[in-house]
Amino acid sequence: MNQDLSRLTAAQLSELYRKNACSQKEALDSVEKNILVRDRDPRHIHAYVPDRPRCPIHRKADKASPLWGVPIAVKDNICVEGLETTCSSKILKNFIAPYHATVIEKLLDAGAVVYGQTNMDEFAFGSSCETSCYGPTRNPRDPERVPGGSSGGSAAAVADHTAFAALGSDTGGSIRQPAAFCGVVGIKPTYGRVSRYGLIAFASSLDQIGPITKDVRDSALVLGAIAGHDPKDSTSADVPVPNYTAFLGKSIKGKKVGVLSDGELKGLDPAVRGAAKEEAQKVMERLGAQVVEISLPNMKHSVSVYYIVAPSEASSNLARFDGVRFGHRSKEARSLLEMFEKSRGEGFGAEAKRRIILGTYSLSSGYYDAYYLKAMKVRTLIKRDFDEAFKKVDAIMLPTAPSAAFRVGEKTQDPLQMYLSDIFTISANLAGVPAISLPCGFDETRTGKPLPIGLQFLGRPFQEEVLFQTAYAYEQETGFHKKIGNVS
Amino acid sequence: MSSIDLKHVARLARLHFSEEELKFFQTQVAQILSFVEKLNEVKGLENVPPTSHPFSLSDVFREDEAKPSLALEEFLKKSPQSKGRFFQVPKIIEDKT
Amino acid sequence: MSAKYLTTIGLEVHVQLATKTKIFCGCAVEFGSAPNKNVCPVCLGLPGSLPVLNREVFRLGLKAVLALGGEPSALVKFDRKNYFYPDLPKGYQISQFDHPLGRGGVIEIPSGGATKKVRLNRLHLEEDAGKLLHDQLPDSSVVDLNRAGTPLAEIVSEPDLESPEEAYEYLASLKSILRAVGVSECDMEKGQLRCDANVSVRKNVSDALGKRVEIKNLNSFKAVKAAIEHEVTRQSAALEKGEVLTQETRLWDDDRQKTFVMRSKEEAHDYRYFPEPDLVPFSVKKEEIAATRAALPELPKAKGERFMAQYGLSAYDVQILNSEKEEADFFEACVKRYPHPKTLANWMTGPVAAYLNAKSVEFGSLGLKEEWLIGMAELVESGAISFQAAKEKLFPEVVEQKKSPRDVMKEKGLEQVSDIKQLEGWIAEIILANPKVVADFKTGKDSAAMFLVGQVMKKSQGKANPIKVKELMSQKLARV
Repeated sequence: MNQDLSRLTAAQLSELYRKNACSQKEALDSVEKNILVRDRDPRHIHAYVPDRPRCPIHRKADKASPLWGVPIAVKDNICVEGLETTCSSKILKNFIAPYHATVIEKLLDAGAVVYGQTNMDEFAFGSSCETSCYGPTRNPRDPERVPGGSSGGSAAAVADHTAFAALGSDTGGSIRQPAAFCGVVGIKPTYGRVSRYGLIAFASSLDQIGPITKDVRDSALVLGAIAGHDPKDSTSADVPVPNYTAFLGKSIKGKKVGVLSDGELKGLDPAVRGAAKEEAQKVMERLGAQVVEISLPNMKHSVSVYYIVAPSEASSNLARFDGVRFGHRSKEARSLLEMFEKSRGEGFGAEAKRRIILGTYSLSSGYYDAYYLKAMKVRTLIKRDFDEAFKKVDAIMLPTAPSAAFRVGEKTQDPLQMYLSDIFTISANLAGVPAISLPCGFDETRTGKPLPIGLQFLGRPFQEEVLFQTAYAYEQETGFHKKIGNVS
Repeated sequence: MSSIDLKHVARLARLHFSEEELKFFQTQVAQILSFVEKLNEVKGLENVPPTSHPFSLSDVFREDEAKPSLALEEFLKKSPQSKGRFFQVPKIIEDKT
Repeated sequence: MSAKYLTTIGLEVHVQLATKTKIFCGCAVEFGSAPNKNVCPVCLGLPGSLPVLNREVFRLGLKAVLALGGEPSALVKFDRKNYFYPDLPKGYQISQFDHPLGRGGVIEIPSGGATKKVRLNRLHLEEDAGKLLHDQLPDSSVVDLNRAGTPLAEIVSEPDLESPEEAYEYLASLKSILRAVGVSECDMEKGQLRCDANVSVRKNVSDALGKRVEIKNLNSFKAVKAAIEHEVTRQSAALEKGEVLTQETRLWDDDRQKTFVMRSKEEAHDYRYFPEPDLVPFSVKKEEIAATRAALPELPKAKGERFMAQYGLSAYDVQILNSEKEEADFFEACVKRYPHPKTLANWMTGPVAAYLNAKSVEFGSLGLKEEWLIGMAELVESGAISFQAAKEKLFPEVVEQKKSPRDVMKEKGLEQVSDIKQLEGWIAEIILANPKVVADFKTGKDSAAMFLVGQVMKKSQGKANPIKVKELMSQKLARV
């Protein structure tokens, strides 16, 4: 086998399997080889959790399945039975998941090979992968820069050809923004489309698991495998899963695509404006879509709403990390109170503590109405904006992030600045609508390397097929999926 | 800038902070709260219902049928402190009952 | 002392619903299992686990609301109650805050010879915590999470109860209703029913309610009554001295029969309630309410009224019979086979009740068979044995030996003597032996006849048929 298998997409690998042109071992070896190259690299991209053994997990399945034999990496907040699963946090040291998350069961049933756990912001709190207790992951495009977060490891692995595909999770943009920063494709499904059972929870009403892949076809393949109703998750929707790949290649002529006015897209970097607004609109028009200006008047409140709702739910979800049954317990615990306070004090990083404090405060006596309840009401307004918009258009198009990847350490001193960069991704989580990010250009105004810029399409609930159709058309027209970086 | 009783909130959240950390977080949290308080500018919320779930799912049940339990032995091996089949914690003098 | 003060009592009762599995996962609900045997990622609160509501919990909860005369909420949702404790694996309890399963309702209790309506405030569903044990190891406490996730209904009364006796009756009535509809066995010893009491006193009706004290660690209905009695005395005495009472939580010490303040000053809990995002809301449809109501078995109150009308029983009879579903059902089954309801009721309220009280057991544990009770009633009716002898000697033997009354009667030689010749013989002897008493009788002292009858009973070692003796004695005395 002369070809470097690691550079293939999952679909292309699957094609080779069908022709019996390669073996599973060869596929695994090809990514493992790249991982080892990276490990030896002084630039330390760290897409994978360091010092965590990687062993392929798979089960007998139908060889005709499109994901059969495809190695897929998994973010460190998704439970894989028998593996230490830590959300990149000290507090979960030695927590061995005693069960598979439902998405893992589904991948295994589809014949995929679960291989490798990727680094993340601790408990998914972050947009840069810098809060991991294992150290930051770096952007393969430019290791001085962040890969985005919180699924930074998954995006970096896919962009770096150290994974064919990976699973991430998205609460406020954590799949889409790293996909944008690394130049790959990431989709946050409709809330309830994919089971959350086995996803270590951040914000229960916002979290979704989704694939990060090299192109739109792979995204459709992996989502098709992991989506579906799960009786173990009360919030999972009992809606049939369409054959997503059947929609790839269909024309989007006549489809109405909504765009926001300049007034509603404040703070855009000029390079992002160029690629993700001006150029993107031209591409849509070339493809025969009708570009319509729409308004999401309450989107400007989305960061405020999110940074009340998400930390509130998180502060409660993280209460189970108390040192009693699993994970870290402080050696200085002489009383019950000390056991709780010191274990949690020692185990959680700064961002986690910040969010727990914010969340606890928002829910506390005397403040619930002013913060949490108010935020939940404005959330309704944000959702209504989308309901209105989707009466007029089939998809909404906007940039994924206001700028391309920033430098490691650039925003760590100012949490608020970090939060504000989530402005374009957060609304989709608050409204529950699906959203896909794919590459739409490069920012070449920074020093040295061209940095990927991401474009989002948002769609109606449970109509991911429209997103795939639209994104595929865009991708085929522009060819950015062919420009994923090299391993050198 | 809003100022909050960080010590009280930390106690509610069972988080230990050193004096230094308290100062550090106090400023940052106050800044963030100032920002989110912009929500007070949104008017007309009296008749707006809060959204807990984006979509109106309801009535999801499971049947009253026993499922296999977890084999605890393996799990206990990795627990911070255990004795026999119990999880062990510092001695509590008085029960909250 | 406490007669000077008015007492106000509210009770919070947690009842374990009679399901096979826990409220949010498929682990079995089993009393007395090995520690941490019935656990899974969900009830252990492991990362990534999610709750799914047990349909049977909802159904039983709804039944309970309707049986208690409450109003089911149209929209039902769950909320998180957040606090840290080692027996609470998730660091929050899934409970209900502002949209409980039901509101209102009424429990009728006997009070001072009449019935009193005690209003209910609400019934809501929630999961139980695990158990913390302090006596297993010398230097640590240990956690057993078998109980974590057990389904509970919390039933809160309005503060309408005004005495420890009323509190006791309330619990007894609540238990009989919930058992009658199959919602819970309510066995406190098995932890299926727990009760906290809120007690305050004040001098005058016009005064504001006094400072409320919450009493916990009450493990039996008797303890509830005793604890409230003690608290009322303590609070009244304190107020008499001019002391100011504080709102606090106290624990009941059953050994020392007193309450004491929890040593660790309990911080006021800020539970930070918010809607449970991992569960969806639930609707209670009108059809379901109607169907559940229609399918409710006869409730104790209705049953009592029917017994009085159908069988001509007294209120007292009914109070005893209705105290347990098994008793009432047993009684009716017996009546069907031996249609002498008043006789059977006398048996139930007499010998049976006396035996249950003396042995401090419940009717269900007797293992009494219908044919035995009917058999005993028949033996008394036929004169084979006196009612007195049957009550004191036959009944206990039947229950303890688990043998039929005829067998026991023969074994123990309990037949009463009804043979006229034998009786006349004894009567003649007694009359001869007591000339003075006979003379008294002749002067008009009726009690003398009773004395003579008593002597015959003594002579016969209780075996003489007292009714026959009376009859024959009157005849004899008339001719003396």
